[in-house]
Amino acid sequence: MNNFKVLINGIVKENPTFVLLLGMCPTLGTTSSAINGMSMGLATTFVLILSNFLISAIKNLIPDAVRIPSYIVVIASLVTILQMVMQAYVPTIYATLGLFIPLIVVNCIILGRAEAFAAKNGPIASIFDGIGIGIGFTLALTLLGAVREFLGTGAIFGFSLQGEQYGMLMFVLAPGAFIVLGYLIAIVNKIRKA
Amino acid sequence: MKKLKSSLLNMVLVLTLITIIAGAALAAVNDVTSVQIEKINAENLAKGIKQVMGVDANSNFEYTEDEVEGFTFYKSELGTAVKTTSNGFGGPLEVLVGFDNEGTIMGYTILSHSETPGLGAKAQEWFQKGQKGDIVGKNPGQCNFTVSKDGGDVDAITASTITSRAFLLAVQNAYDKVYNNQDGTTSATQKGGQQ
Amino acid sequence: MEYVLIFITAIFVNNIVLSQFLGICPFLGVSKKISTASGMGAAVTFVLTLATIVTYGIQKLVLDPNGLGYLQTIAFILVIAALVQMVEIILKKVSPSLYQALGVFLPLITTNCCILGVAILVIQKDYSLLQGIVFAISTALGFALAMIIFAGLREQLQFSRVPKAVQGMPIALITAGLLAMAFMGFSGVDGGLKVLFGLE
Repeated sequence: MNNFKVLINGIVKENPTFVLLLGMCPTLGTTSSAINGMSMGLATTFVLILSNFLISAIKNLIPDAVRIPSYIVVIASLVTILQMVMQAYVPTIYATLGLFIPLIVVNCIILGRAEAFAAKNGPIASIFDGIGIGIGFTLALTLLGAVREFLGTGAIFGFSLQGEQYGMLMFVLAPGAFIVLGYLIAIVNKIRKA
Repeated sequence: MKKLKSSLLNMVLVLTLITIIAGAALAAVNDVTSVQIEKINAENLAKGIKQVMGVDANSNFEYTEDEVEGFTFYKSELGTAVKTTSNGFGGPLEVLVGFDNEGTIMGYTILSHSETPGLGAKAQEWFQKGQKGDIVGKNPGQCNFTVSKDGGDVDAITASTITSRAFLLAVQNAYDKVYNNQDGTTSATQKGGQQ
Repeated sequence: MEYVLIFITAIFVNNIVLSQFLGICPFLGVSKKISTASGMGAAVTFVLTLATIVTYGIQKLVLDPNGLGYLQTIAFILVIAALVQMVEIILKKVSPSLYQALGVFLPLITTNCCILGVAILVIQKDYSLLQGIVFAISTALGFALAMIIFAGLREQLQFSRVPKAVQGMPIALITAGLLAMAFMGFSGVDGGLKVLFGLE
């Protein structure tokens, strides 16, 4: 499999949100607007690319029995670095995403890709897998955020398309997250079957 | 390269090594970013004080700092800016609010919060001048400074009543601390008496 | 009274799954049957309470005095992973019957973000140890409650005819959305209780 295929695979065929159904907590929790969804997606992508690369690079040094704890340490360090860097240079985004930044550690996508891809493939291919899955995740979160923001407030990326009075607030709140994601997955299922 | 065997020595060595490297990397990054985080916080505070007192961001603004029971006062000849916190929906809500010498609100800014993204987080705009929940120009000692749901004069953020209450409470407490303590009565006790 | 308030708020008003979006993976993953859902709920309650006590100790006794606050995430996740392993080993030795009931769920708990989430929240909210424990137990009960109601709904769902594209995860998510809507009815209850208990 060449690197380009690995990349596309992550975006379409193994899209983490719509096909693999992984990482649901940040997917539902941070997509109250398109920009929030996108920020969360990019933050996760950053950790994913680096963790895939590092784990693939050191995979032969790690005995099988302590595989998982070692991966967790690597991922947790990357997340903490991201947390500190975001707090220092993009404090507003950091404030918006709040608790979900440290929780990237327990996002099953990251550990899942470390196990399923990085532990079996070379560092370069692992980077491409990280980019692909990351973009797939970011696109899904942005789409979900955009739909919720549009239905909830009548705007996308903060640009009002219809007056705010037509917004159905429900979609920005918790129930909207579940319902919109449910329908989006149903649409993806329909397209994939066709 | 061959994969390392899962012997006890290997396992302990590898785990310790990884943890040490990770710890060292984090300490290094922390050294760099903590300075920057402090700088940003200090800058934001200075900018925030100028903003809530209605002075130009580039001008020199003289004030004295004073801390009392969790409140920080920044006194100047224009009035007093107060930094205070209250409990919002998701955690502490840190507010900086500026009063003129009579206790009229000149401006406010949210320094930090952990409210729901996109909802409670709206507080930064919602209560500004010309917005729906405009509090600028109001005096917490002279009007009913609670959300309209509680019979007050301020419109709460849509779907974020708790955040709005926490915000107004923070401002009210700040006001009480600065102005009402001088004559010995607090408006909080007065309001408690009415209920 | 303060503890009653934390208790009710964590279970109903700010339900960890339906309004805080933590622990969604097990919520969607192991909720096909009421029996597995209650098993998972019990396992989470057990581990969450234990993990909160231990991480609280680590934060206050190790990290804070040494200015190592930035190691919070990494320390907490390692402690939780180790704790889960330990609970598994001890349960196996001490109570085989309990191990049989909860055993399968334990490995899944390490990556359950509500454990790490609650551990961090307790520190963020500046709770005392006792408040933290009450918060952890009630959050876990809220999780179990949501799991069991949801599993009950999904058992019924098996007998309904749903369009093909919506089968499986989509209809489960939409059901969860409706359940979340029902739980929204509790919002504001905590404010009322605060007044009732005279805490404000």
